Amino acid sequence: MNLLRKIVQLIKTFTLWELFKGLSITGRYFFEKKVTIQFPEEETPRSVRFRGLHALRRYPNGEERCIACKLCEAVCPSLAITIEAEPREDGSRRTTLYEIDLFKCIYCGFCEESCPVDAIVETNIPHYHFENRGEQILTKQKLLAIGDRYEKEIAKARAEDAPYR
Amino acid sequence: MHNDFVLLIWIMIKILVITLPLLFAVAYLTFIERKGIGYMQTRIGPNRVGPLGFLQPIADVIKLITKEIIVPTASNRYLFILAPIITIAPALAAWAVIPFNEGLALTQINAGVLYLFSMTSLGVYGILIAGWATNSKYALLGSLRAAAQTISYEIAMGFAFVGVLLAAGSINLQEIVLHQQGGIWHWYGLPLLPLFICYWISGIAETNRAPFDLAEGESEIVAGFHVEYSGVSFALFFLAEYMNMILISAIASLLFLGGWLSPFQNIAFLDKVFVWVPGIVWFFIKMVSFLGLFIWSRATFPRYRYDQLMRLGWKVLIPVTLFWIAVVAVAVQFKWGPWFNT
Repeated sequence: MNLLRKIVQLIKTFTLWELFKGLSITGRYFFEKKVTIQFPEEETPRSVRFRGLHALRRYPNGEERCIACKLCEAVCPSLAITIEAEPREDGSRRTTLYEIDLFKCIYCGFCEESCPVDAIVETNIPHYHFENRGEQILTKQKLLAIGDRYEKEIAKARAEDAPYR
Repeated sequence: MHNDFVLLIWIMIKILVITLPLLFAVAYLTFIERKGIGYMQTRIGPNRVGPLGFLQPIADVIKLITKEIIVPTASNRYLFILAPIITIAPALAAWAVIPFNEGLALTQINAGVLYLFSMTSLGVYGILIAGWATNSKYALLGSLRAAAQTISYEIAMGFAFVGVLLAAGSINLQEIVLHQQGGIWHWYGLPLLPLFICYWISGIAETNRAPFDLAEGESEIVAGFHVEYSGVSFALFFLAEYMNMILISAIASLLFLGGWLSPFQNIAFLDKVFVWVPGIVWFFIKMVSFLGLFIWSRATFPRYRYDQLMRLGWKVLIPVTLFWIAVVAVAVQFKWGPWFNT
Protein backbone atom coordinates (compact mmCIF):
# COMPACT_ATOMS: atom_id res chain seq x y z
CA MET A 1 0.00 0.00 0.00
CA ASN A 2 2.79 2.31 0.96
CA LEU A 3 4.69 1.44 -2.19
CA LEU A 4 1.61 2.10 -4.30
CA ARG A 5 1.21 5.50 -2.73
CA LYS A 6 4.82 6.27 -3.46
CA ILE A 7 4.41 5.29 -7.10
CA VAL A 8 1.29 7.43 -7.42
CA GLN A 9 3.20 10.28 -5.83
CA LEU A 10 6.05 9.80 -8.30
CA ILE A 11 3.69 9.81 -11.26
CA LYS A 12 2.01 12.93 -9.93
CA THR A 13 5.37 14.64 -9.54
CA PHE A 14 6.52 13.92 -13.05
CA THR A 15 3.24 14.77 -14.73
CA LEU A 16 3.19 18.09 -12.82
CA TRP A 17 -0.26 17.13 -11.57
CA GLU A 18 -0.43 19.57 -8.67
CA LEU A 19 0.92 22.39 -10.78
CA PHE A 20 -1.81 21.94 -13.37
CA LYS A 21 -4.38 21.79 -10.60
CA GLY A 22 -3.15 25.12 -9.29
CA LEU A 23 -3.14 26.60 -12.76
CA SER A 24 -6.69 25.45 -13.34
CA ILE A 25 -7.82 27.21 -10.17
CA THR A 26 -6.30 30.55 -11.15
CA GLY A 27 -7.57 29.95 -14.66
CA ARG A 28 -11.08 29.54 -13.32
CA TYR A 29 -10.83 32.69 -11.23
CA PHE A 30 -9.73 34.59 -14.33
CA PHE A 31 -13.31 34.34 -15.63
CA GLU A 32 -15.03 34.80 -12.29
CA LYS A 33 -17.01 37.95 -11.46
CA LYS A 34 -14.67 40.70 -10.26
CA VAL A 35 -15.18 42.06 -6.76
CA THR A 36 -13.48 45.41 -7.31
CA ILE A 37 -15.40 48.50 -6.20
CA GLN A 38 -14.57 51.54 -8.31
CA PHE A 39 -14.10 53.80 -5.35
CA PRO A 40 -14.90 57.40 -6.20
CA GLU A 41 -17.89 56.29 -8.30
CA GLU A 42 -18.96 53.35 -6.16
CA GLU A 43 -18.78 52.82 -2.43
CA THR A 44 -19.16 49.84 -0.19
CA PRO A 45 -22.44 49.85 1.75
CA ARG A 46 -22.21 51.50 5.18
CA SER A 47 -24.13 50.59 8.30
CA VAL A 48 -26.33 53.21 9.92
CA ARG A 49 -24.15 52.67 12.97
CA PHE A 50 -21.07 53.82 11.08
CA ARG A 51 -19.22 56.37 13.21
CA GLY A 52 -17.92 59.21 11.07
CA LEU A 53 -17.77 62.96 11.38
CA HIS A 54 -19.33 64.48 14.49
CA ALA A 55 -22.32 66.80 14.63
CA LEU A 56 -24.35 68.70 17.24
CA ARG A 57 -28.08 68.39 16.79
CA ARG A 58 -30.91 70.83 17.46
CA TYR A 59 -34.53 70.35 18.49
CA PRO A 60 -37.10 70.92 15.72
CA ASN A 61 -37.80 74.38 17.14
CA GLY A 62 -34.19 75.42 16.54
CA GLU A 63 -33.02 75.20 20.13
CA GLU A 64 -29.69 73.43 20.49
CA ARG A 65 -29.93 70.15 22.36
CA CYS A 66 -26.67 70.31 24.27
CA ILE A 67 -27.14 71.22 27.93
CA ALA A 68 -23.44 71.29 28.80
CA CYS A 69 -23.61 68.35 31.19
CA LYS A 70 -20.02 67.52 30.14
CA LEU A 71 -20.67 63.76 30.21
CA CYS A 72 -19.11 63.41 26.79
CA GLU A 73 -16.06 65.35 27.89
CA ALA A 74 -15.74 63.07 30.89
CA VAL A 75 -16.22 59.82 28.98
CA CYS A 76 -13.99 60.70 26.06
CA PRO A 77 -11.06 58.25 26.29
CA SER A 78 -8.72 60.35 24.20
CA LEU A 79 -9.62 63.73 25.76
CA ALA A 80 -10.65 65.09 22.38
CA ILE A 81 -13.59 67.13 23.68
CA THR A 82 -13.27 70.48 25.41
CA ILE A 83 -16.36 72.17 26.87
CA GLU A 84 -16.87 75.45 28.66
CA ALA A 85 -20.32 76.44 29.89
CA GLU A 86 -22.21 79.42 31.34
CA PRO A 87 -25.85 80.15 32.07
CA ARG A 88 -27.49 81.97 29.16
CA GLU A 89 -29.53 85.22 29.62
CA ASP A 90 -32.76 83.18 29.93
CA GLY A 91 -31.15 81.18 32.72
CA SER A 92 -30.71 77.91 30.85
CA ARG A 93 -27.33 76.22 30.95
CA ARG A 94 -25.52 76.18 27.54
CA THR A 95 -22.02 75.69 26.24
CA THR A 96 -19.93 78.69 25.28
CA LEU A 97 -17.20 76.49 23.89
CA TYR A 98 -17.60 72.98 22.44
CA GLU A 99 -14.59 71.70 20.54
CA ILE A 100 -13.65 68.27 19.21
CA ASP A 101 -10.09 67.67 18.09
CA LEU A 102 -10.44 65.18 15.23
CA PHE A 103 -6.76 64.27 15.44
CA LYS A 104 -7.27 63.03 18.99
CA CYS A 105 -10.67 61.47 18.38
CA ILE A 106 -10.66 57.68 17.96
CA TYR A 107 -14.31 57.53 16.78
CA CYS A 108 -15.34 55.20 19.62
CA GLY A 109 -18.80 56.72 19.84
CA PHE A 110 -18.78 56.99 23.65
CA CYS A 111 -19.77 60.68 23.48
CA GLU A 112 -22.86 59.76 21.56
CA GLU A 113 -23.65 56.90 23.97
CA SER A 114 -23.24 59.10 27.01
CA CYS A 115 -25.28 62.05 25.80
CA PRO A 116 -28.60 62.23 27.71
CA VAL A 117 -30.23 64.51 25.11
CA ASP A 118 -28.81 63.01 21.88
CA ALA A 119 -26.99 66.26 21.15
CA ILE A 120 -23.57 65.06 20.07
CA VAL A 121 -23.77 62.36 17.40
CA GLU A 122 -21.44 60.73 14.97
CA THR A 123 -22.86 60.94 11.48
CA ASN A 124 -22.43 58.52 8.60
CA ILE A 125 -20.02 60.83 6.77
CA PRO A 126 -16.77 58.95 6.18
CA HIS A 127 -14.99 61.30 3.77
CA TYR A 128 -13.61 64.64 4.93
CA HIS A 129 -10.25 66.32 4.88
CA PHE A 130 -8.36 69.30 6.27
CA GLU A 131 -6.35 71.70 4.18
CA ASN A 132 -4.97 74.03 6.82
CA ARG A 133 -3.49 73.73 10.25
CA GLY A 134 -6.16 74.04 12.93
CA GLU A 135 -8.99 72.90 10.69
CA GLN A 136 -9.08 69.58 12.47
CA ILE A 137 -10.65 71.25 15.51
CA LEU A 138 -14.40 71.21 15.10
CA THR A 139 -15.78 74.28 16.85
CA LYS A 140 -19.31 74.58 18.11
CA GLN A 141 -20.37 76.54 15.02
CA LYS A 142 -18.98 73.89 12.70
CA LEU A 143 -20.58 71.07 14.68
CA LEU A 144 -23.96 72.79 14.67
CA ALA A 145 -23.62 73.53 10.97
CA ILE A 146 -22.94 69.87 10.22
CA GLY A 147 -25.91 68.95 12.39
CA ASP A 148 -28.19 71.39 10.57
CA ARG A 149 -27.05 70.23 7.20
CA TYR A 150 -27.43 66.50 7.78
CA GLU A 151 -30.30 66.52 10.30
CA LYS A 152 -32.53 64.45 8.02
CA GLU A 153 -29.93 61.70 7.54
CA ILE A 154 -28.98 61.72 11.22
CA ALA A 155 -32.60 61.40 12.33
CA LYS A 156 -33.21 58.62 9.81
CA ALA A 157 -30.15 56.66 10.92
CA ARG A 158 -31.17 56.99 14.63
CA ALA A 159 -34.70 55.88 13.85
CA GLU A 160 -33.49 52.85 11.94
CA ASP A 161 -31.13 51.83 14.70
CA ALA A 162 -33.55 52.59 17.55
CA PRO A 163 -35.08 49.07 17.89
CA TYR A 164 -31.63 47.57 18.52
CA ARG A 165 -30.38 50.03 21.13
CA MET B 1 33.92 53.28 -47.88
CA HIS B 2 30.61 54.59 -49.12
CA ASN B 3 29.22 51.07 -49.21
CA ASP B 4 30.30 50.41 -45.67
CA PHE B 5 28.46 53.47 -44.49
CA VAL B 6 25.27 52.44 -46.24
CA LEU B 7 25.59 49.00 -44.72
CA LEU B 8 26.00 50.51 -41.28
CA ILE B 9 22.88 52.64 -41.71
CA TRP B 10 20.97 49.63 -43.02
CA ILE B 11 21.99 47.55 -40.00
CA MET B 12 21.04 50.39 -37.66
CA ILE B 13 17.60 50.53 -39.26
CA LYS B 14 17.24 46.78 -38.82
CA ILE B 15 18.23 47.04 -35.17
CA LEU B 16 15.66 49.78 -34.63
CA VAL B 17 12.99 47.73 -36.35
CA ILE B 18 13.64 44.94 -33.87
CA THR B 19 14.24 47.04 -30.75
CA LEU B 20 11.43 49.58 -30.88
CA PRO B 21 8.60 47.05 -31.17
CA LEU B 22 10.37 45.10 -28.45
CA LEU B 23 10.30 48.07 -26.07
CA PHE B 24 6.66 48.63 -26.94
CA ALA B 25 5.97 44.95 -26.30
CA VAL B 26 7.67 45.18 -22.90
CA ALA B 27 5.53 48.18 -21.95
CA TYR B 28 2.34 46.39 -22.85
CA LEU B 29 3.52 43.10 -21.38
CA THR B 30 3.65 44.82 -17.99
CA PHE B 31 0.13 46.09 -18.59
CA ILE B 32 -1.16 42.66 -19.60
CA GLU B 33 0.59 41.14 -16.61
CA ARG B 34 -1.05 43.57 -14.18
CA LYS B 35 -4.43 43.03 -15.81
CA GLY B 36 -4.02 39.26 -15.99
CA ILE B 37 -2.90 38.84 -12.41
CA GLY B 38 -5.66 41.19 -11.34
CA TYR B 39 -8.25 39.09 -13.13
CA MET B 40 -6.92 35.92 -11.54
CA GLN B 41 -7.29 37.56 -8.14
CA THR B 42 -10.84 38.69 -9.07
CA ARG B 43 -9.70 42.28 -9.32
CA ILE B 44 -9.85 44.30 -12.52
CA GLY B 45 -6.35 45.76 -12.54
CA PRO B 46 -5.36 49.21 -13.81
CA ASN B 47 -8.25 50.91 -15.61
CA ARG B 48 -7.91 54.62 -14.91
CA VAL B 49 -5.30 55.92 -17.34
CA GLY B 50 -6.89 56.11 -20.77
CA PRO B 51 -9.70 53.86 -21.99
CA LEU B 52 -9.62 50.60 -19.98
CA GLY B 53 -6.22 51.67 -18.65
CA PHE B 54 -4.50 51.25 -22.01
CA LEU B 55 -2.28 54.28 -21.45
CA GLN B 56 -1.05 53.00 -18.09
CA PRO B 57 2.33 51.77 -19.44
CA ILE B 58 2.91 55.19 -21.04
CA ALA B 59 2.28 56.86 -17.71
CA ASP B 60 4.65 54.40 -16.04
CA VAL B 61 7.36 55.15 -18.57
CA ILE B 62 7.01 58.89 -18.01
CA LYS B 63 7.13 58.35 -14.27
CA LEU B 64 10.27 56.21 -14.47
CA ILE B 65 12.06 58.61 -16.80
CA THR B 66 11.34 61.73 -14.78
CA LYS B 67 12.24 60.25 -11.41
CA GLU B 68 15.52 61.02 -9.74
CA ILE B 69 18.31 58.42 -9.78
CA ILE B 70 19.38 58.06 -6.18
CA VAL B 71 22.92 56.79 -5.62
CA PRO B 72 23.49 55.56 -2.07
CA THR B 73 26.49 57.12 -0.32
CA ALA B 74 28.01 53.79 0.65
CA SER B 75 27.72 52.33 -2.82
CA ASN B 76 30.37 51.97 -5.47
CA ARG B 77 28.85 54.57 -7.73
CA TYR B 78 30.51 53.55 -11.02
CA LEU B 79 29.47 49.94 -10.75
CA PHE B 80 26.11 51.05 -9.39
CA ILE B 81 25.40 52.94 -12.60
CA LEU B 82 27.09 50.35 -14.78
CA ALA B 83 25.12 47.36 -13.46
CA PRO B 84 21.76 48.10 -15.14
CA ILE B 85 23.58 48.75 -18.41
CA ILE B 86 25.36 45.40 -18.13
CA THR B 87 22.01 43.76 -17.45
CA ILE B 88 20.19 45.22 -20.41
CA ALA B 89 22.95 44.90 -22.99
CA PRO B 90 22.87 41.08 -23.31
CA ALA B 91 19.07 41.10 -23.10
CA LEU B 92 19.03 43.31 -26.18
CA ALA B 93 22.00 41.69 -27.93
CA ALA B 94 20.44 38.23 -27.80
CA TRP B 95 17.73 39.37 -30.21
CA ALA B 96 20.28 39.65 -33.00
CA VAL B 97 20.05 35.96 -33.89
CA ILE B 98 16.33 35.32 -33.39
CA PRO B 99 14.81 34.46 -36.77
CA PHE B 100 11.29 35.87 -36.98
CA ASN B 101 10.59 34.14 -40.26
CA GLU B 102 12.57 32.15 -42.78
CA GLY B 103 15.64 34.33 -43.43
CA LEU B 104 14.22 37.18 -41.38
CA ALA B 105 16.84 37.74 -38.71
CA LEU B 106 19.39 40.46 -38.00
CA THR B 107 22.19 37.95 -38.48
CA GLN B 108 22.38 34.31 -39.43
CA ILE B 109 25.22 32.84 -37.42
CA ASN B 110 25.94 29.15 -37.35
CA ALA B 111 26.44 29.05 -33.58
CA GLY B 112 23.10 30.75 -32.94
CA VAL B 113 22.07 28.59 -30.01
CA LEU B 114 25.46 28.96 -28.33
CA TYR B 115 25.27 32.72 -28.77
CA LEU B 116 21.79 32.80 -27.24
CA PHE B 117 22.89 30.63 -24.36
CA SER B 118 25.85 32.83 -23.56
CA MET B 119 23.82 36.03 -23.83
CA THR B 120 21.05 34.84 -21.51
CA SER B 121 23.71 33.74 -19.01
CA LEU B 122 25.54 37.07 -19.13
CA GLY B 123 22.50 38.86 -17.73
CA VAL B 124 23.21 37.55 -14.25
CA TYR B 125 26.48 39.51 -14.06
CA GLY B 126 24.53 42.74 -14.07
CA ILE B 127 22.47 41.46 -11.16
CA LEU B 128 25.59 40.36 -9.27
CA ILE B 129 27.32 43.67 -9.81
CA ALA B 130 24.18 45.57 -8.84
CA GLY B 131 23.88 43.67 -5.58
CA TRP B 132 27.52 44.13 -4.73
CA ALA B 133 27.79 47.78 -5.77
CA THR B 134 24.71 48.78 -3.78
CA ASN B 135 26.49 47.80 -0.56
CA SER B 136 23.31 46.89 1.29
CA LYS B 137 22.50 43.57 2.90
CA TYR B 138 19.26 42.89 1.07
CA ALA B 139 20.83 43.65 -2.27
CA LEU B 140 23.80 41.43 -1.52
CA LEU B 141 21.55 38.56 -0.42
CA GLY B 142 19.48 38.98 -3.55
CA SER B 143 22.48 38.86 -5.84
CA LEU B 144 23.95 35.87 -4.02
CA ARG B 145 20.70 34.04 -4.54
CA ALA B 146 20.69 35.02 -8.20
CA ALA B 147 24.20 33.63 -8.59
CA ALA B 148 23.43 30.31 -6.92
CA GLN B 149 20.19 30.03 -8.86
CA THR B 150 21.92 30.60 -12.16
CA ILE B 151 24.52 27.94 -11.43
CA SER B 152 21.87 25.35 -10.67
CA TYR B 153 19.64 26.10 -13.63
CA GLU B 154 22.07 26.88 -16.40
CA ILE B 155 23.16 23.26 -16.55
CA ALA B 156 19.66 21.86 -16.96
CA MET B 157 18.95 24.52 -19.56
CA GLY B 158 22.14 23.67 -21.40
CA PHE B 159 21.20 20.00 -21.44
CA ALA B 160 17.77 20.87 -22.80
CA PHE B 161 19.52 22.73 -25.61
CA VAL B 162 21.81 19.76 -26.19
CA GLY B 163 18.78 17.54 -26.73
CA VAL B 164 17.50 19.85 -29.44
CA LEU B 165 20.94 20.07 -31.03
CA LEU B 166 21.17 16.29 -31.11
CA ALA B 167 17.77 16.02 -32.72
CA ALA B 168 18.34 18.73 -35.31
CA GLY B 169 22.04 18.07 -35.90
CA SER B 170 22.67 21.78 -36.15
CA ILE B 171 23.15 24.82 -33.91
CA ASN B 172 21.88 27.28 -36.47
CA LEU B 173 18.48 28.44 -35.26
CA GLN B 174 16.99 28.61 -38.73
CA GLU B 175 18.08 25.07 -39.53
CA ILE B 176 16.70 23.83 -36.21
CA VAL B 177 13.32 25.31 -37.10
CA LEU B 178 13.43 23.96 -40.64
CA HIS B 179 14.14 20.50 -39.27
CA GLN B 180 10.76 20.61 -37.55
CA GLN B 181 8.84 21.05 -40.79
CA GLY B 182 5.77 18.99 -41.51
CA GLY B 183 2.94 19.87 -39.15
CA ILE B 184 2.35 20.03 -35.46
CA TRP B 185 3.52 16.51 -34.59
CA HIS B 186 6.90 17.11 -36.19
CA TRP B 187 7.78 19.81 -33.68
CA TYR B 188 10.41 18.91 -31.12
CA GLY B 189 8.06 19.76 -28.27
CA LEU B 190 6.55 16.29 -28.65
CA PRO B 191 9.52 13.90 -28.70
CA LEU B 192 11.51 16.17 -26.37
CA LEU B 193 8.62 16.92 -24.01
CA PRO B 194 10.62 16.32 -20.79
CA LEU B 195 13.39 18.55 -22.12
CA PHE B 196 10.79 21.11 -23.12
CA ILE B 197 9.35 21.19 -19.61
CA CYS B 198 12.80 21.34 -18.03
CA TYR B 199 13.76 24.12 -20.42
CA TRP B 200 10.65 26.04 -19.49
CA ILE B 201 11.23 25.66 -15.75
CA SER B 202 14.85 26.74 -16.05
CA GLY B 203 13.75 29.55 -18.34
CA ILE B 204 11.50 30.90 -15.63
CA ALA B 205 14.37 30.58 -13.17
CA GLU B 206 16.72 32.24 -15.64
CA THR B 207 14.52 35.33 -15.89
CA ASN B 208 14.07 35.49 -12.10
CA ARG B 209 10.32 35.29 -12.38
CA ALA B 210 7.87 33.84 -9.89
CA PRO B 211 7.98 31.14 -8.53
CA PHE B 212 11.77 31.47 -8.82
CA ASP B 213 12.01 35.19 -8.06
CA LEU B 214 14.26 34.63 -5.06
CA ALA B 215 16.65 37.32 -6.23
CA GLU B 216 13.81 39.81 -5.85
CA GLY B 217 11.74 38.19 -3.13
CA GLU B 218 9.64 41.23 -2.19
CA SER B 219 8.34 39.64 0.96
CA GLU B 220 11.72 38.58 2.40
CA ILE B 221 14.45 40.79 1.00
CA VAL B 222 12.31 43.76 -0.12
CA ALA B 223 13.37 43.88 -3.77
CA GLY B 224 16.66 42.04 -3.65
CA PHE B 225 19.36 43.32 -5.91
CA HIS B 226 17.50 46.44 -7.01
CA VAL B 227 16.37 47.79 -3.61
CA GLU B 228 18.30 51.02 -3.98
CA TYR B 229 17.65 51.61 -7.65
CA SER B 230 15.21 54.25 -8.79
CA GLY B 231 14.18 56.07 -11.91
CA VAL B 232 15.80 55.09 -15.20
CA SER B 233 18.36 52.77 -13.62
CA PHE B 234 15.51 50.74 -12.14
CA ALA B 235 13.65 50.93 -15.43
CA LEU B 236 16.62 49.27 -17.16
CA PHE B 237 16.46 46.28 -14.79
CA PHE B 238 12.75 46.10 -15.33
CA LEU B 239 13.15 46.30 -19.08
CA ALA B 240 15.84 43.62 -19.07
CA GLU B 241 13.67 41.27 -17.04
CA TYR B 242 10.71 41.57 -19.35
CA MET B 243 12.87 41.46 -22.46
CA ASN B 244 14.38 38.23 -21.16
CA MET B 245 10.88 36.88 -20.64
CA ILE B 246 10.03 37.59 -24.26
CA LEU B 247 13.37 36.15 -25.32
CA ILE B 248 12.87 32.91 -23.38
CA SER B 249 9.42 32.60 -24.94
CA ALA B 250 10.91 33.18 -28.37
CA ILE B 251 13.60 30.55 -27.83
CA ALA B 252 11.03 28.09 -26.52
CA SER B 253 8.89 28.52 -29.62
CA LEU B 254 11.91 28.30 -31.92
CA LEU B 255 13.45 25.19 -30.40
CA PHE B 256 10.38 23.23 -29.38
CA LEU B 257 7.34 24.58 -31.23
CA GLY B 258 8.72 25.04 -34.71
CA GLY B 259 9.20 28.83 -34.65
CA TRP B 260 7.42 30.41 -37.59
CA LEU B 261 6.12 27.12 -39.01
CA SER B 262 2.37 26.69 -39.30
CA PRO B 263 0.95 23.91 -37.13
CA PHE B 264 -1.23 22.79 -40.04
CA GLN B 265 1.52 21.89 -42.48
CA ASN B 266 0.83 18.72 -44.45
CA ILE B 267 -2.78 18.54 -43.28
CA ALA B 268 -4.54 18.48 -46.62
CA PHE B 269 -7.50 20.71 -45.82
CA LEU B 270 -6.24 23.07 -43.08
CA ASP B 271 -2.94 23.67 -44.83
CA LYS B 272 -4.80 25.36 -47.70
CA VAL B 273 -7.01 27.39 -45.37
CA PHE B 274 -4.12 28.84 -43.38
CA VAL B 275 -1.61 29.20 -46.18
CA TRP B 276 -2.11 32.99 -46.28
CA VAL B 277 -0.98 33.44 -42.65
CA PRO B 278 2.60 34.73 -42.67
CA GLY B 279 5.10 32.77 -40.59
CA ILE B 280 5.81 35.70 -38.32
CA VAL B 281 2.20 35.61 -37.09
CA TRP B 282 2.53 31.98 -36.03
CA PHE B 283 5.75 32.89 -34.27
CA PHE B 284 4.04 35.72 -32.40
CA ILE B 285 1.09 33.55 -31.44
CA LYS B 286 3.46 30.99 -29.95
CA MET B 287 5.46 33.65 -28.11
CA VAL B 288 2.37 35.31 -26.71
CA SER B 289 1.03 32.03 -25.39
CA PHE B 290 4.34 31.43 -23.62
CA LEU B 291 4.23 34.92 -22.16
CA GLY B 292 0.71 34.21 -20.97
CA LEU B 293 2.06 31.09 -19.27
CA PHE B 294 4.70 33.24 -17.55
CA ILE B 295 1.99 35.51 -16.15
CA TRP B 296 -0.29 32.63 -15.32
CA SER B 297 2.38 30.83 -13.30
CA ARG B 298 3.26 34.05 -11.51
CA ALA B 299 -0.36 34.39 -10.44
CA THR B 300 -0.50 30.76 -9.34
CA PHE B 301 2.66 29.48 -7.67
CA PRO B 302 4.14 30.57 -4.36
CA ARG B 303 7.85 31.33 -4.25
CA TYR B 304 10.23 28.40 -3.88
CA ARG B 305 12.31 28.20 -0.77
CA TYR B 306 16.02 28.54 -1.41
CA ASP B 307 17.03 24.97 -0.69
CA GLN B 308 14.02 23.57 -2.54
CA LEU B 309 15.13 25.49 -5.56
CA MET B 310 18.62 24.02 -5.37
CA ARG B 311 17.18 20.55 -4.93
CA LEU B 312 14.93 20.96 -7.95
CA GLY B 313 17.81 22.17 -10.07
CA TRP B 314 20.45 19.63 -9.14
CA LYS B 315 18.48 16.55 -8.17
CA VAL B 316 15.48 16.64 -10.50
CA LEU B 317 16.08 18.69 -13.61
CA ILE B 318 19.65 17.61 -14.35
CA PRO B 319 18.99 13.84 -14.04
CA VAL B 320 15.79 14.13 -16.07
CA THR B 321 17.48 16.08 -18.86
CA LEU B 322 20.50 13.74 -18.87
CA PHE B 323 18.24 10.71 -19.13
CA TRP B 324 16.26 12.16 -21.97
CA ILE B 325 19.41 13.20 -23.83
CA ALA B 326 20.42 9.54 -23.74
CA VAL B 327 16.99 8.59 -25.08
CA VAL B 328 17.24 11.18 -27.84
CA ALA B 329 20.74 10.02 -28.72
CA VAL B 330 19.49 6.46 -29.17
CA ALA B 331 16.47 7.70 -31.15
CA VAL B 332 18.68 9.74 -33.45
CA GLN B 333 21.08 6.84 -33.93
CA PHE B 334 18.28 4.53 -35.02
CA LYS B 335 16.35 7.30 -36.86
CA TRP B 336 13.11 6.79 -34.99
CA GLY B 337 9.69 8.14 -35.79
CA PRO B 338 8.79 11.10 -37.92
CA TRP B 339 11.25 13.32 -36.02
CA PHE B 340 14.70 11.87 -36.42
CA ASN B 341 14.60 10.20 -39.81
CA THR B 342 15.86 13.10 -41.88
